[in-house]
Amino acid sequence: MGKRIGLEVSLSAAEAVKMANVDCIAAYPITPQTHIVEHLSELVNNGELDAEFIPVESEHSAMSVSAGVSAVGARAFTCTSSQGLSLMNEIVHIVASMRLPIVMILANRSMSGPISIWNDHTDVMSIRDCGWIQVFANNGQEVFDNVLFAYRVAESQKVMLPLIINIDGFILTHVIEPVEFWEKEQVKQYLPDFKPVYTMHPDRPVTMGGVGMPYVFSEAKVAQDEPLIQSKAEIITAWKELGDVVGRYYKPVETYRMEDAETLFVTQGSFGETVSLVVDALRNEGESVGLVMDRLWRPFPFDEFREATSQAKNLIVIDRAISYGGQGGPLAIDIRSALYKGENQPNITNFICGLAGRDVTINDFKNIYHRAMEKIKENPMEEDFEYYGVRGK
Amino acid sequence: MLEIRLHGRGGQGAVTSAELLALSAINEGKYGQAFPSFGPERRGAPVVAFCRVDDKQIKIRSEINNPDLVLVLDPSILRIVNVTAGLKDDGILITNTKYTADEIGKELGLKCKIAVVNATRIAREELGLPITNTTMLGALLKARAFVDPESLIGPLKDRFGRIAEKNIKAFKRAFEETQLAF
Repeated sequence: MGKRIGLEVSLSAAEAVKMANVDCIAAYPITPQTHIVEHLSELVNNGELDAEFIPVESEHSAMSVSAGVSAVGARAFTCTSSQGLSLMNEIVHIVASMRLPIVMILANRSMSGPISIWNDHTDVMSIRDCGWIQVFANNGQEVFDNVLFAYRVAESQKVMLPLIINIDGFILTHVIEPVEFWEKEQVKQYLPDFKPVYTMHPDRPVTMGGVGMPYVFSEAKVAQDEPLIQSKAEIITAWKELGDVVGRYYKPVETYRMEDAETLFVTQGSFGETVSLVVDALRNEGESVGLVMDRLWRPFPFDEFREATSQAKNLIVIDRAISYGGQGGPLAIDIRSALYKGENQPNITNFICGLAGRDVTINDFKNIYHRAMEKIKENPMEEDFEYYGVRGK
Repeated sequence: MLEIRLHGRGGQGAVTSAELLALSAINEGKYGQAFPSFGPERRGAPVVAFCRVDDKQIKIRSEINNPDLVLVLDPSILRIVNVTAGLKDDGILITNTKYTADEIGKELGLKCKIAVVNATRIAREELGLPITNTTMLGALLKARAFVDPESLIGPLKDRFGRIAEKNIKAFKRAFEETQLAF
């Protein structure tokens, strides 16, 4: 068993990146991602990590450098938040199409405006359709484990796709909590060296990122989407084997207290653990309630969701992002889509809360539960959504 | 679970104090969680930091609204921030002040348990600076010994290096000099 260390989650994430023995870190500092990059810069500077640290002039360059690094067959890491993600946006899409297994931690922060540095999921949702594998984490331990998982999956020759680890800005990045580190032997056992299919090299010229004329573009895109969809099998295997190595087993969809639960909360990211306490409290009050936590966001685990929710009468989907003009938050929209054709469809209520770091307490989630029950009683088929706790509404 | 809210001014080290407490609990094999009130750093402005300690994994991630302990690093905060807001019925206010607990209780109209220490004086004498964060940790553990005071020595040494000994001395002096009014 690795050593249990109390550390800020940003720093333990950086330590995990060190354990993954990356070759290059290209990043531009932005709140609340800063501590991750600062710590990596220290690790490179003091010789603990033999990698290039490239302090680029913008996030657009951070992703461009990472693309070049990955294309020559080196292991690339980068890290950003909200506006930084927007600035690198065009390259984010391109590296997925180029099948470059870059790993990025996204310290989730709301998209301005109004200008905000605080946490929500509007940044990742703005690039939901960028073609990367995307996972969420509940706590610092999951962040640490998922860094090593990320390289294992992304670089698998069955996958060869970039991967985003979402971690809630401030709420996770700036918290000190215990994390169990891996032993070097465990990393060696779990994460093989990066063996790319093609690399750029002066002696072996190849074209990467070429033009896709209309007669080939659709085929290229299908050839990109299919491996993303199929990557789920590799993801499940990699999480299973991670469990075999360090004893913590992860799944695309996690469940809690599902026994005979009529109503299920559905969460993404660090809300999950707090809601698990709400479920305990409501169970003590005699309510029939459980929890489903979405860990894998892309490829969306449709089958796992259908299975997890198959016995439920009601779902309370908690979104931490807005899909302006859409039918609720992004998570609720996908869940409605996943369950559309099923028999015994549950009533789906959707609450958007915790925007820009607004604190959501156990009492708030209890209020949401009772409000959801009220809404379902009034109009079970209504497919609307509600902003929770907004003044003047 | 024990919940602690720390009040100070930006730059006084309230976040560091919360971190040191969490680390000492983690080093004892317990669970500890520390975090700042998230936002831009504002030197001199009233700030809060939070710490939770428990024997089992800490899953709650919202701010602490009903603390068991409130630690105040800067006496001037008492008059501008309602530091005891939400304090549990048997909770304790531990504050830096040159006054007695009775005087503080009367002036602020408080009914809660109060512990006091003149941390500014101790910090000036031991550190040469009125930075009271490590000093006030001594007062906190005197009021409620939820971790062994010895468990803080390691994190203090790691954090302060060359000036650790001075901070440890201030911490120990505050532990001795804190007056409990309960």
